[in-house]
Amino acid sequence: MKRVYVNEDRCLGCHLCEYYCAFANSGETDMAKTFKLNRNPVPRITVESAGDVNFAVQCRQCAAHPCVKACITGALSFNSGVIQIDDSRCVGCYTCVMSCPYGCIVIDEKNNGKTITKCELCTRNAIGEPACVSGCINQAIVFEERGEN
Amino acid sequence: MKYVIIGNSAAAIGTIQGIRQIDKTGQIVVISDEKYHTYSRPLISYWLKGDVTEENMRYRDEDFYEKNDVDTLFETRVTKINSDKKTVTIKNGNEISYDKLMVATGSKPFVPPMEGLDKVKNKFTFMKLDDAKAVKETAAEGSKVLIVGAGLIGLKAAEALEHYGADITVIDLADRILPSILDEEASAIMQKHIESKGVKFILGTSVKEFSESSALLTNGETVQFDMVILAVGVRPNTELIAEAGGKVNRGIVTDQKQAVHGLKDIYAAGDCTESLDITTGQQKILALLPNAFLQGEAAGQNMAGKETYYLNAMPMNAIGFFGLHIITAGSYEGEAYTETDGAENYKKLVTADNELKGFILMGDVKRAGIYTYMIKWHMPIDECDFELLKTKPQLMAFSREYRNEKLAGGYGNGD
Repeated sequence: MKRVYVNEDRCLGCHLCEYYCAFANSGETDMAKTFKLNRNPVPRITVESAGDVNFAVQCRQCAAHPCVKACITGALSFNSGVIQIDDSRCVGCYTCVMSCPYGCIVIDEKNNGKTITKCELCTRNAIGEPACVSGCINQAIVFEERGEN
Repeated sequence: MKYVIIGNSAAAIGTIQGIRQIDKTGQIVVISDEKYHTYSRPLISYWLKGDVTEENMRYRDEDFYEKNDVDTLFETRVTKINSDKKTVTIKNGNEISYDKLMVATGSKPFVPPMEGLDKVKNKFTFMKLDDAKAVKETAAEGSKVLIVGAGLIGLKAAEALEHYGADITVIDLADRILPSILDEEASAIMQKHIESKGVKFILGTSVKEFSESSALLTNGETVQFDMVILAVGVRPNTELIAEAGGKVNRGIVTDQKQAVHGLKDIYAAGDCTESLDITTGQQKILALLPNAFLQGEAAGQNMAGKETYYLNAMPMNAIGFFGLHIITAGSYEGEAYTETDGAENYKKLVTADNELKGFILMGDVKRAGIYTYMIKWHMPIDECDFELLKTKPQLMAFSREYRNEKLAGGYGNGD
């Protein structure tokens, strides 16, 4: 399965991936307007920075998917290698937030935390291919097969 | 191979999924005393509140049984397990045979003997969808509601009923709310939060005597009510296994393949069982949905012939009341670090033996799973930057090698 991988050595901590992710999943068409008019787009990728170390973290689409198994409503499911959220069934209990070993489940501030959101490899938005990858200016993020299970 | 499952909630569904990962053709029969498609029990309060429809309460898709080739026998109660004959007896006297049996019978509300309780017309427990439906029929704008029990169920019921403009009083014998998962400071913050929404608490007291529409408390106060919700506690449904000769303490005792001690080809999972809590090394009832599902899944795989062990059981809760969220996990014996912002954010991290043993997060609960993982896998604290972790859960606190393995598929970082 292709996954998004981050090369810590090449990450500058510029946060562009977060902007591209938020915009790609916002349903908006004008990137500048989306941010300037504060339509509160929510990124599903998180950049961690400390000193010289920077890297981005998003859902690993784990084969073991502890979040899916923990979900109390069945809103999370694992389909063809992608963990998806049906937010019409999410009640914002945050059991998945409690279960994700990488802290990749994002509390959706756009609706006051009533549901969660997460990286779905841009499979269900207009972009279709990970926006963080195409948006990264230093090729720190790649979308490829690395033989992981 | 014929698999029979008594129960239709998280543990039962986990069992079905576990079996079907290994055995696509064996017959699976689910027997449930309720009439519904599997539904998420925690959602009954959300349904009562009006946040979810009955359809959205389904724990799995509508065609789940069909897709997984499962026969269902609803509104059917199992009265006996005949382990020598390998059958179960159901209410009408018929017997259903099994090769492998799963007991996923969950728990039932515990109603202690209370003087005068029989005089109360509108009394409810709060466990099943039918309970919530019964409450809905009685609740009205301004209803006076007395909730006995300030634990997880009682407070979720309060949250749902506040929506009806009900006048709610919650009482508990304990001197603080949610004593099973919170410490004193966190209980106090949550209590204050819920009180600010109009709910009244009377703690350190219980009902001395009920009349038809009032309760005299042991502290001398009297509370008027239109309805009473009894949420004192739950008891695992262990009777079938006990009668069949299986080992039962407070819950059904299984090995780590979920096989019931003392019986052959019989497994148990979920709220009816005891688990080994890896954070204390003690047997404990861990009535938590994720635990139920994972136990069921492990059991199902074992039942279908693949040896699988469930070794990670631990207490963990993610729940919100009136908009204030908490995530807790593990146990709280050890050295504690606490932090609060004086408002509603509270954090407690408990360490012992060079490991994180437990935590409480209230308010800001972002990325709590990073802490949970540390507890589950006994990660040594001296191999990470724990001071950094105290500020917030973050992968920055771990080594580059760790991140390389987890985030980069073990690939070298140079290209």
